[in-house]
Amino acid sequence: MEKFTVHTGTAVPLRRSNVDTDQIIPAVYLKRVTRTGFEDGLFSAWREDPSFVLNNPVYAGASVLVAGPEFGTGSSREHAVWALNDYGFRVVISPRYGDIFRGNSLKQGLLTVELPQAAVETLWDLVEADPTTAIEVDLVAREVRAAGQSWAFALDDFLRWRLMEGLDDIGLTLRHEEAITAFEGHRPAFGVLVG
Amino acid sequence: MSRTLAQKVWDAHVVRRADGEPDLLYIDLHLLHEVTSPQAFDGLRLAGRKVRRTDLTIATEDHNTPTDNLLTIADPVSRTQIETLRGNCAEFGVKLHPLGDPQQGVVHVMGPQQGLTQPGMTIVCGDSHTSTHGAFGALAFGIGTSEVEHVLATQTLPQALPKQMAVTVTGELPPGVSAKDLILALITQEGTGGGRGYVVEYRGPAIEKLSMEGRMTVSNMSIEWGAKAGLIAPDETTFAWLKGRNFAPKGSDWDDAVAYWRTLPTDADAVFDKEVFLDASALTPFVTWGTNPGQGASLDAVIPDPESFASESERAAARRAVEYMDLTPGTPLRDLAVDVVFVGSCTNGRLEDLRTAADVLRGRKVADGVRMLVVPGSAAVRAQAEEEGLHEVFTAAGAEWRFAGCSMCLGMNPDTLKPGQRSASTSNRNFEGRQGKGGRTHLVSPAVAAATAVTGHLSAPADLDAVGAR
Repeated sequence: MEKFTVHTGTAVPLRRSNVDTDQIIPAVYLKRVTRTGFEDGLFSAWREDPSFVLNNPVYAGASVLVAGPEFGTGSSREHAVWALNDYGFRVVISPRYGDIFRGNSLKQGLLTVELPQAAVETLWDLVEADPTTAIEVDLVAREVRAAGQSWAFALDDFLRWRLMEGLDDIGLTLRHEEAITAFEGHRPAFGVLVG
Repeated sequence: MSRTLAQKVWDAHVVRRADGEPDLLYIDLHLLHEVTSPQAFDGLRLAGRKVRRTDLTIATEDHNTPTDNLLTIADPVSRTQIETLRGNCAEFGVKLHPLGDPQQGVVHVMGPQQGLTQPGMTIVCGDSHTSTHGAFGALAFGIGTSEVEHVLATQTLPQALPKQMAVTVTGELPPGVSAKDLILALITQEGTGGGRGYVVEYRGPAIEKLSMEGRMTVSNMSIEWGAKAGLIAPDETTFAWLKGRNFAPKGSDWDDAVAYWRTLPTDADAVFDKEVFLDASALTPFVTWGTNPGQGASLDAVIPDPESFASESERAAARRAVEYMDLTPGTPLRDLAVDVVFVGSCTNGRLEDLRTAADVLRGRKVADGVRMLVVPGSAAVRAQAEEEGLHEVFTAAGAEWRFAGCSMCLGMNPDTLKPGQRSASTSNRNFEGRQGKGGRTHLVSPAVAAATAVTGHLSAPADLDAVGAR
């Protein structure tokens, strides 16, 4: 996973709530067995509408997605995170996320920042007024900055550290393999064994 | 210290706890299917890792598979994904129930029916409806593909303890009102984000009275209001359902297991971070009108005016939903004509659901111009239903009796809505395009689905003329 400290980029204002993962990437794109190349699936149904914000050339090259509440609800498909990453997004800003999507994003180096609705609306207004507005997302200081304003955001210390170091969870867990083995020695005899 | 059911299950699975870090939780059962596992197996291969506990891991084929035959997967991309799962299971030594196997089926039907799902377990799957297994008093939740790889490699997951919420359902469900109506009403009451950050426990007299199938329907949709998991305390109903199933403990192990399971229910003085109440006796058949599961209403209601909602965010979502669903505010929900009726899925694809639908259809016909698909949740459910002759009721009514799979729940296999088609569906998501691009979904109970198939517009069984009355 790529290390994340500070990212500065322009933003896309997605004025919608309840953007579920079926919208982020429809199920037909989930038949693939690869982990990359999902950018074509990102918002594919909505992108057929020429007026959809991602089709507006003024937002080309943006790397921050600013969306309404309940972003990434629904299906657990990590493909939603891969599609956002593959398309070029590094950060999503929303008042609230679906839990599984949030967990997936932070494992893949896509920083999902939670800001209050008022801050999201300010960012929408700023970006719509001037699409070249630079949004600075500072994970070290846990702060978003744009046009002279700033908003603090919360992120668990451990998750922040893992993102900043670009660490892989499996490697971290396997440092405790002895504890796993010890735990396995005490599981109840009536437990399910498949094989 | 007094603890909730979820806390007890959690505490019994902590491998490692350290300040400032998430707990490392042991996973008792890992369920796999073809869609969210290929990249995880690839990750193992790249790192030279093995599956740590093949004896706690089991796979099935469900999302991508056809339901009109058991042999041919026409779409080459789908076929490759199924073949990839088969190859991965063979290479890593994971047990698989492939298409055609008597235990194949939707992953959340396949697990419980074999007795793999038991109280007090931790269960994960790369699928958000893993919450289904919470009906047994297991801590069960959906995970992403990176986490699938993590569990394959370590049989553990780092997890931060969520907050605890109690949902107490008082009173008694009126006749004709089911677990599906209950959970749809709850989601509309609390909103799609209402459960976010919580493990939920459903309790109270109306929950205790539910069958295991009904409890699974309720727990299944926990994710639709954002909850991490949705548990129900194990009781005599749970034990009776489990006893004798393939993987249920036998002999003295059974007695030991039941003795342990009886210690799991929430202590009388345990404290929840949040409490929510719902009066079952006030419920009616409930359906969704919009494009998220929180946009629902009593079947007796009309399409709401988007401007009537409290926040601008809800108003905007309702405006968009009404447009996408091609609805006019003020129209009675019963006036909505449907093209397709789908009975099936991990929410309502179990034997009890099929019996309910068959009871409504017996002696009746599916309305002209309506296509009805009945898709058992598993091959075993299909076999049981055929033993009872339910398939004959469905086919006599003019419905399609199909093979087991996720089918029209998710628009990934050949069973999809065409653009503009409207469905009454016993599945769990009414998102835009969920059942096929441009499709319009109304979530309903099995009873409402069957009655709707008969009239051609959203209906409850009570709306139907008595059989032979005309």
